[in-house]
Amino acid sequence: MAIWLTKDSKVIVQGMTGSEGSKHTRRMLAAGTNVVGGVNPRKAGTTVDFDGKELPVFASVGEAMKETGADVSVIFVPPAFTKAAVIEAIDAEIPLAVVITEGVPVQDSAHFWAYNVDRGQKTRIIGPNCPGIASPGASNAGIIPADITPGGRIGLVSKSGTLTYQLMYELRDFGFSTAVGIGGDPVIGTTHIDALKAFQDDPDTDAIVMIGEIGGDAEERAAEFIKANVTKPVVGYIAGFTAPPGKTMGHAGAIISGSAGTADAKKEALEAAGVKVGKTPSETARLMREVMS
Amino acid sequence: MDLFEYQGRDLFERHGLPVLGGGVAETPQEARAIAERLGGKVVVKAQVKVGGRGKAGGVKLADGADEAEARATDILGMDIKGHTVHKVMLAETADIKEEYYFSYLLDRANRTFLCIASVAGGMEIETVAEEQPDRVAKIAIDAVKGVDEAKAREIVAAAQYPAEVAEQIVDIAVKLWQAFVAEDATLVEVNPLAKVGDGRVLLLDAKITLDENAAFRHPDHEALIDQSAVDPLEQAAKAKNLNYVKLDGEVGIIGNGAGLVMSTLDVVAYAGEQHGNVKPANFLDIGGGASAQVMANGLEIVLGDPAVKSVFVNVFGGITACDEVANGIIQALALLGERGETVTKPLVVRLDGNNAEAGRAILDGANNPLVERVDTMDGAAARAAELAAAGK
Repeated sequence: MAIWLTKDSKVIVQGMTGSEGSKHTRRMLAAGTNVVGGVNPRKAGTTVDFDGKELPVFASVGEAMKETGADVSVIFVPPAFTKAAVIEAIDAEIPLAVVITEGVPVQDSAHFWAYNVDRGQKTRIIGPNCPGIASPGASNAGIIPADITPGGRIGLVSKSGTLTYQLMYELRDFGFSTAVGIGGDPVIGTTHIDALKAFQDDPDTDAIVMIGEIGGDAEERAAEFIKANVTKPVVGYIAGFTAPPGKTMGHAGAIISGSAGTADAKKEALEAAGVKVGKTPSETARLMREVMS
Repeated sequence: MDLFEYQGRDLFERHGLPVLGGGVAETPQEARAIAERLGGKVVVKAQVKVGGRGKAGGVKLADGADEAEARATDILGMDIKGHTVHKVMLAETADIKEEYYFSYLLDRANRTFLCIASVAGGMEIETVAEEQPDRVAKIAIDAVKGVDEAKAREIVAAAQYPAEVAEQIVDIAVKLWQAFVAEDATLVEVNPLAKVGDGRVLLLDAKITLDENAAFRHPDHEALIDQSAVDPLEQAAKAKNLNYVKLDGEVGIIGNGAGLVMSTLDVVAYAGEQHGNVKPANFLDIGGGASAQVMANGLEIVLGDPAVKSVFVNVFGGITACDEVANGIIQALALLGERGETVTKPLVVRLDGNNAEAGRAILDGANNPLVERVDTMDGAAARAAELAAAGK
């Protein structure tokens, strides 16, 4: 078992015919993901060949779901079209939409989030600006390298892609149930708290790695949640202790505004909630090793 | 991107919001010309992106063009909390009767927008919120529904603005929201929103932040960038599509992925505590597919910083294979040589992940005396810090 994405997940790709979309569709297929088709209204009715596997292209998410039973969409469309793509996924009520696209205007993200809330949140949105979700050995929706680690019993939730890979790699001998990259934008669909709750309820996850970074107060709120609701061990890491205020550090959401959003405040909040916080990624991996052995 | 007050005033004017006449000057002569155009009394205001300019002497009244020129001479070139004043805004004066506060901003925690409105303006809203919390209204704005007249009335009622200005503020609230959306802002703050002698309500200051991710649909926003404040290395990096932030240390940093690079800065700073207190010199994320070309561009920027004494290249091969990255580094050094740049600063390279063994073998085989490989992130950070301390 895993959270949100299992071997039974049927995945479609919005933007499958684009360069990023096709590259990663091929990778997802190679990882054993059950990709069942793509969406592009201008190429509907055609098929795309992925090393011998013919995938159909549908006119809409709704049609793709009807024809294939898809329950996950991975979105690779450019920033200017991301809002429309996510709204289409919400309208179709697909259970999971994974938005990989980086550079989406925050008003667009706030807009599709409000739209999703208004429609009763039938769609779980992960991202934008995220590497996606991987349940190693079962399915891979996004761009997380599938071969870093086998399946296992650690759950991971992170704002950062490469730090996710780094921790998965350092703990590859244990393996992971699911790794969720929630993205580094100021407005995102799935939060640390959503993932912590799901891992807490997942019988196949024993311990959780939580990776945060400067900006906003999501980690502080996650710490409150852990204190009240999470009984499984959580090990944390926060990036950006040396980041200067007022500068965006790569991720649109990674910015210290005045005195708000500092790494120190996040670390303190997590430690107050009983989370062991590593000083470096490798130390974080060591702390998890102690938990697991 | 944060705007100057004068840019905010212009933006408000373009969107049909009531502001006072004004203009921006970079020289006392320009200030005189604007004062002549405006006529009568004017206020001369330092244009800096930091609060507290009034207390620092950066806002002065002037009666006529002579005085305006003199005040502009005083203020231009002033230092306000580390910000040099390069521009002054001249604006008509107003007979202020009451000062209010009004803002729209992104509310990250609730994934929506927020209106903060108060009858207590002209001072820091944080101070008002602390001392008189009942005078600060916070109203959530639905990102889909936005602010229509009904929502504007809700805001005006919640803020308890006086009845005689209510209709005007309803109109301002709607138009300001339209401007907020149309310009892809993440913050518009008006402090003060003022009632003046003739009963009009005017927007007398502007603090605006625009979303850089939305630049693709606002070609006009590029002209708002304050080129004088942009670090030349940051400018050069941006021209090469690199995500670079200049910092003030000695260890140049190149890595892939924003989170990993932020983490690299931290690890280097910790290591620096043991090595002459050296610090990271920059943030540079070269992204997923670190080709030789991108690596060369990145190295060129980092090595172009005279403060850099050593460089730490920290790559985790996720999608990219480490052998490609290793080839990229070797080719990048050759490319820099061809460009006529002699590289003399040591590079510490840590490669891990996909095809790490092959990548390390390539580095070893190249046998470049400037390139040293260390296989753990913490170990490599310590070595880079040590080399930087030795080079100081």
